[in-house]
Amino acid sequence: MRPYGYVRANDVQGAVATLAEAPNAAYLAGGTNLVDLMKLGVVQPDLLVDVRRLTLERVEDLDDGGLRIGAAVPNSDLAADRKIRTRYPALSEALLAGASGQLRNLATTGGNLLQRTRCVYWQDTTTPCNKREPGSGCSAIEGHNKHHAILGASAQCVATHPSDMAVALVALDAFVNVQGPDGGRRIPIEELHRLPGDEPQRDTTLEHGELVTSVDLPPLGFLSNSRYRKVRERASYAFALVSVAAALDVEDGVVRDVRIALGGVAHKPWRATKAEEALRGEPIGEANFRVAAEIELEDAEPLRDNAFKVPLARNVITRTLLDLSEER
Amino acid sequence: MSTTAPGRAVGAPLDRIEGPQKVTGEAPYAYEHDVENPLYLYPLQSDIALGRVARIDASAAEGLPGVIAVISHQNAPQLADTRDKELAILQSDEVAFRGQYIGAVVAETFEIARHAADLVEVSYDEEQHDAAFGPDRDDLYTPDQLNAGFPTDTEEGDVEGALSSAAVTLDETYTTPLEHNNPMEPHTSIAFWEAGDLTLYESTQGAHAVRRTVARMFGLDRDRLRVVALHVGGGFGSKGLPHANTILAVMAAQVVEGSPIKFALTRQQMFSCVGYRTPTVQRIRLGADAEGHLTATSHDVVEQTARIKEFAEQTAYATRSMYATENRSTTHRLAALDVSVPSWMRAPGEAPGMYALEAAMDEMATKCGLDPIEFRVRNEPELDAETGLPYSSRNLVACLREGAERFGWEGRDPTPRTRREGRWLVGTGVASGTYPVFRLPGSRARIRSEGDGRYAVEIGAVDIGTGAWTALTQISADALDVGVEDIDLRIGDTELPSASVAGGSSGITVWGSAILEAARVFRERHGDDPSEGDTAEAGTPDNPETENYSMHAFGAYFVEARVDEDTGEVRVPRMTGVFAVGRVINAKTARSQFIGGMTMGLSMALHEESLLDPRFGHVLNHDFAEYHIPTNADVGEMDVTWIDEDDPYVNPMGSKGIGEIGIVGSPAAVANAVYHATGIRVRDLPITPDKLLR
Amino acid sequence: MDAEVTLKVDGTDYRFVVDTRTTLLDALRERLGITSPKKGCDHGQCGACTILLDGRRANSCLALAVAYDGSEIVTAEGLAQNGELHPMQRAFVEHDGYQCGYCTPGQIVSAVGMLEEVKAGWPSHVTGDLNVEEVVLDDDEIRERMSGNLCRCAAYANIVPAIREVSGR
Repeated sequence: MRPYGYVRANDVQGAVATLAEAPNAAYLAGGTNLVDLMKLGVVQPDLLVDVRRLTLERVEDLDDGGLRIGAAVPNSDLAADRKIRTRYPALSEALLAGASGQLRNLATTGGNLLQRTRCVYWQDTTTPCNKREPGSGCSAIEGHNKHHAILGASAQCVATHPSDMAVALVALDAFVNVQGPDGGRRIPIEELHRLPGDEPQRDTTLEHGELVTSVDLPPLGFLSNSRYRKVRERASYAFALVSVAAALDVEDGVVRDVRIALGGVAHKPWRATKAEEALRGEPIGEANFRVAAEIELEDAEPLRDNAFKVPLARNVITRTLLDLSEER
Repeated sequence: MSTTAPGRAVGAPLDRIEGPQKVTGEAPYAYEHDVENPLYLYPLQSDIALGRVARIDASAAEGLPGVIAVISHQNAPQLADTRDKELAILQSDEVAFRGQYIGAVVAETFEIARHAADLVEVSYDEEQHDAAFGPDRDDLYTPDQLNAGFPTDTEEGDVEGALSSAAVTLDETYTTPLEHNNPMEPHTSIAFWEAGDLTLYESTQGAHAVRRTVARMFGLDRDRLRVVALHVGGGFGSKGLPHANTILAVMAAQVVEGSPIKFALTRQQMFSCVGYRTPTVQRIRLGADAEGHLTATSHDVVEQTARIKEFAEQTAYATRSMYATENRSTTHRLAALDVSVPSWMRAPGEAPGMYALEAAMDEMATKCGLDPIEFRVRNEPELDAETGLPYSSRNLVACLREGAERFGWEGRDPTPRTRREGRWLVGTGVASGTYPVFRLPGSRARIRSEGDGRYAVEIGAVDIGTGAWTALTQISADALDVGVEDIDLRIGDTELPSASVAGGSSGITVWGSAILEAARVFRERHGDDPSEGDTAEAGTPDNPETENYSMHAFGAYFVEARVDEDTGEVRVPRMTGVFAVGRVINAKTARSQFIGGMTMGLSMALHEESLLDPRFGHVLNHDFAEYHIPTNADVGEMDVTWIDEDDPYVNPMGSKGIGEIGIVGSPAAVANAVYHATGIRVRDLPITPDKLLR
Repeated sequence: MDAEVTLKVDGTDYRFVVDTRTTLLDALRERLGITSPKKGCDHGQCGACTILLDGRRANSCLALAVAYDGSEIVTAEGLAQNGELHPMQRAFVEHDGYQCGYCTPGQIVSAVGMLEEVKAGWPSHVTGDLNVEEVVLDDDEIRERMSGNLCRCAAYANIVPAIREVSGR
């Protein structure tokens, strides 16, 4: 870890301005991902701008009936928030399935969204990685890739995004509010994270200096019938093999609306739009849920070690939708 | 020999005497000893698996404020003894495995040392390495002997003939992965060299072993070398034999004489060169008659070692005498690779070997149409077939019977994949386990009267979490016929009489026996009312009964496993372990040893796997996020008990050692339960969800 | 680069200059000589470094000292008051909720912090009804909530009853 400066920003504009002037500066919030990576030597900022308590630290009501989650809200507070638990349970469940109690107390909404991949080759500065050093090669494609992507990967990178919270937010159609050197913008969450393509070094569509200030949840009633199911290799404190966030709106035994997002399968949380289309207007039931899942997974391209993710994702999508349909 | 009469202390479930210090965090581990103005060491490790260090440019590192020295083979002290290629580091430019120590930075702070290490530029002459383990290599070789001196291959009777005429046969291959011990406390040293005296605060299973090795390698007089290990945060074998990190710390202390050097491995570095358990490929062939009596047992093992130093795990050792069979054969073949050196990991040999054997026995029971417990009972031997000796005590059947009752085995439908609770497939499994009663040589105890009826009992033993602080106090109290409060036990320091390492579950046997003998000599010499300062010392007496009896501990393991039909996730809500281990010294800490071993066995079955990428030659999942051990949520109800076993031959305490028996039968019991739940027989550990998805 | 920080640790105020790279864990252990939080992994993956940081359990190995200037910290050393062990510490001794002891201070501080979270009504991954008013701390809840503290000696089966006893059930 090379030496670096540390400043605590006084306001958002100041933080953004500081970063805009310092191409090798980074925002520090909870630090649960950034400090981890700095110790590994994977990221080496020369200046940390502390924004941990800078942005909104609450969950607020929005005029349209939705909710605004401050970027500075710790993961544990967000998971425990009564409005979230009642109206967007998939988000609470996703947070509670992630990390550990201690980490959730430190980690923030903003930081969780921007956490980096857990690919072992990326984290190890002695193995070639296009994300770390474009052009150096991808060690995972021909190596150990059990935890890597089956959808949306490229010849440059097969890494997955590790956040549980982000998967739930994608299923819930959230918006991410950011402030940057060129002003503020409101990004549909599906457009925040990228697929690797030819630029695996870019995880998000954020420009340097853009600071996440809050996340908005839409006022959709049926999102209260949502859940998050995470499959891991041990009972707790582990990243997902595959996860599903889903919300289901059923009327008279027919799917009126549905949202599905997958974790552990791609460079970004994977919005299962094909499955959603296949389900809208169809009767509920295991057979239809399974067919929809299979449609979504048709384009899956398994690697040597992760073919199991295809039946696993299919099963978890099916099971999660079944559980949601039985609750109504 | 007879055992001591039941005293007041031995057997009692006393709280650990160091308990208050541990729960407040005040018990000092190696890194935490107060030293003045320490310097910090960060190692340099090779990025290649085979070749030479061509050039080291330390100028940027040396130029960093706070950097005291950069050590490499170019300027490292020359060792007096370089025969041990694992330990003789920095003596040449040769690189033998990826992650090998090729130098060190010493600096005023940990942060500076770590940063400086990044600035050292190393270039290599790389050679094509070979780190690809596999059973089909054409260069597998036969070691002269196995770890602990056991013979490599054994053969009795006519295995092939018996197999070809057997009514029922089994021929299956089981594999276990590379595993790392990963004690919670990383390997750690504080090395302080001053005026020819070296002090080492070391995280080790054997203070005297470290002193012996360091003295030999550096050509030092042992009397000028002190090793202290008061509290050690686990070892599980990885701190039993000294590793290169200790040598590196001492070298740095020599180079920067007069300042204590602090060196604690990072968790990532714990996967490089502090030993590990070899992967194994084990072919088991069994033959039985129509009544389920085994007629042939064959166990062929392929495993790996490092090219620079051999370690041959005794994987098939237990198979040689576990069950009654006339025709038996075991073989061990090694692949020598450009990898770091394997070493002890809890129950070396027994852990991987009995997984395979007990999984095979379960399959064989099914083939013979017998209940797995009945099958084992039917093949219970009268004698240790390998040595021809009777057992000093063997109560495996009693353990199986008691366990069956406690666990609720009666009425079990052996048909797999028939029990369901919601989405969970439910199954149960059983396995046996054994572990020898080892005696390591070289322990002595000293007893001194402190006046007022108090006694100091001194022995260089180390408590790595086993409960030795307390158990040895109890043994001492009964030996001197006083209360535990009148005993001042001193351990973990080479200033104390020599002791063997805490390994092979041998500690209580050899240290306890030494204390008893010292107490006997003390009373003989000084009577019941000694003067202050009266002393007596004695070593572990020989036990001639080891020539007459085969001495082993035994256990029976029961597991309930649940497998999610959709996802393949495995949960083990309960385990039962029943053990025959002679006399238990401390009922509270013994239970902890058993649950610890059983959980490590659960971990072996479901979670642990070090992923070595042969293209690079190192372990990729080198941290606790990716190398999985059980979390609290992975462990359910642990039901543990032991049977009353009076063994007058093993040692004067009648105890058998309990550190490792807990792990031995657990992985197979879990695997067998998963089979019973799902109908899927996974023969490659760990049993992860991907292997159970249909 | 260096910065001055003030920390209140186990009731005592400390003011000192620290490298911006120094974590709270290393500040406590190396600068202040408070060695009860332990370094098991240094990457937030084992929990041996758990402290109460401004009242909440947290991994001190991922918290930069400079970022927590002015904070209040409680370690296992600080739980004991006037030479008397904290009830959680006593329970761990009684139930043998440890073996080598290296993860133990972190376990104990984490357990104390965890009980506060339960009192605050926070659900966990295993809480059946997410909207429950009051959390019932059964053994499965204890196990899940304590899963951020690894124990290689696997004292888990004794840690759970120790915590259960202190929780009053």
